Amino acid sequence: MTNAEIKKIQAPLTEETIKNLHAGDFVQITGYIYTARDAAHKRMYEALGRGEKLPFDIRNQIIYYVGPTPAKPGEIVGSAGPTTSGRMDKYTPTMIEQGMRGMIGKGLRNQEVIEACKKYHAVYFAAIGGAAAVIAQSIKGEKMIAYEDLGPEAIRKYTVVNFPAIVAIDIEGRDFYREGEAKYRQL
Amino acid sequence: MREVNVKQVAEAVAKCCMDSCYYLPEGVLAKLKAGQKTEVSPLGRQVLGTIIENAELAKRKAVPLCQDTGLTVVFINIGQEVHFTGGDLEAAIHAGVAKGYTEGYLRKSSVDDPLFLRKNTGDNTPAIIHARIVPGDKVHIIVSPKGCGSENMGALRMLKPADGVDGVIKFVLETITNAGSNPCPPVTVGIGIGGNMERAAELAKFSLTRPIGEHNANPKYRELEEKLLELANKTGVGPSGLGGSTTALAVNIEYAPTHIGGLPCAVNLNCHAARRAEAEI
Repeated sequence: MTNAEIKKIQAPLTEETIKNLHAGDFVQITGYIYTARDAAHKRMYEALGRGEKLPFDIRNQIIYYVGPTPAKPGEIVGSAGPTTSGRMDKYTPTMIEQGMRGMIGKGLRNQEVIEACKKYHAVYFAAIGGAAAVIAQSIKGEKMIAYEDLGPEAIRKYTVVNFPAIVAIDIEGRDFYREGEAKYRQL
Repeated sequence: MREVNVKQVAEAVAKCCMDSCYYLPEGVLAKLKAGQKTEVSPLGRQVLGTIIENAELAKRKAVPLCQDTGLTVVFINIGQEVHFTGGDLEAAIHAGVAKGYTEGYLRKSSVDDPLFLRKNTGDNTPAIIHARIVPGDKVHIIVSPKGCGSENMGALRMLKPADGVDGVIKFVLETITNAGSNPCPPVTVGIGIGGNMERAAELAKFSLTRPIGEHNANPKYRELEEKLLELANKTGVGPSGLGGSTTALAVNIEYAPTHIGGLPCAVNLNCHAARRAEAEI
């Protein structure tokens, strides 16, 4: 992204940061984020259902929906673009209730997720689907956290510097995907 | 009769797996660049710029364009004069996929039992193989890995003959609009019309292996491809689904004879990483 108005934000998130984010804002995220996609979400959700703790402290954290390729020798990570977020919708309100404050992925979310973002002040960031090689350049460190047996679906902690994303859903419940499509629809 | 050792097939498949995941076909890149010139949304132009930068970076570093290196779809046309030696052909194709995905640092995205166990097979096998026997003594292979963000947004509808062209147009546009940002637009729209249920789905997937920019040889279908492309780019979905006028790069239709009572129609969307590599033995 070469847009002049980029908001540089820190992860984990703070209430102060979240309040200043609006649908359509360009952001660059620096700090650390956790990865989790379908299978990891299912396991975390089931663990909570059994009254167990999550494998990491989710409060104020951002979860990135990604399953990276293996890193080539000499690289920190492989290609690591966003996966379709909608598949996590079933689990997301619960994660937000647990204190998660941000998500990075691609695609629309359902109304329950939007409501949870409003109620608990969480934001959903869109990353560019398929821009996996470019995005990987902003990932500077990787640590295995849990569910290593899930391979690409394991939970990892990424250290990121200027990770590029766009605010897709803000705490007012505005949805930048729906707004964008409506603006350019000519049928 | 010409003898071909199946090890040659395995090697060709392995190389195609890697090449297709690292190198975006030039034609697709050219279409993305053309889209950047015509895109009406400023954000859409930026998104296309990032997608182009991503393809160039992946090529330079020989790394996957996208982390979802897909299920591996292999189309193999076998000349009927060929006699395979050295083992089982199908096993050789799977071995080629395993080698390509392991040595190429590609993601292993295949799970065995889809419903209960969902355990990763660890080497991206099995491949999905479409084999045909054709005249001649050559073996032609197309490898087209397909990610699930786009595959999940495909649809099939058993239209009625009375639905006609309008029914096809309505169904295709509905599928593209419902898919929104999920299949990573700008997409290539693969459409299979006719045959029966499974033939329509197969034709839709096969149409995606057509080099971008080529049209159906039948002028009526070509005209429909052009019309659907124009309409797809009016859905507003745009690059990455964030709004704009570049929703599709191409629409490819394949058709087949069908039953007097049917008009099956399948739509298979491909992401902007329209991966494809081929080899001839």
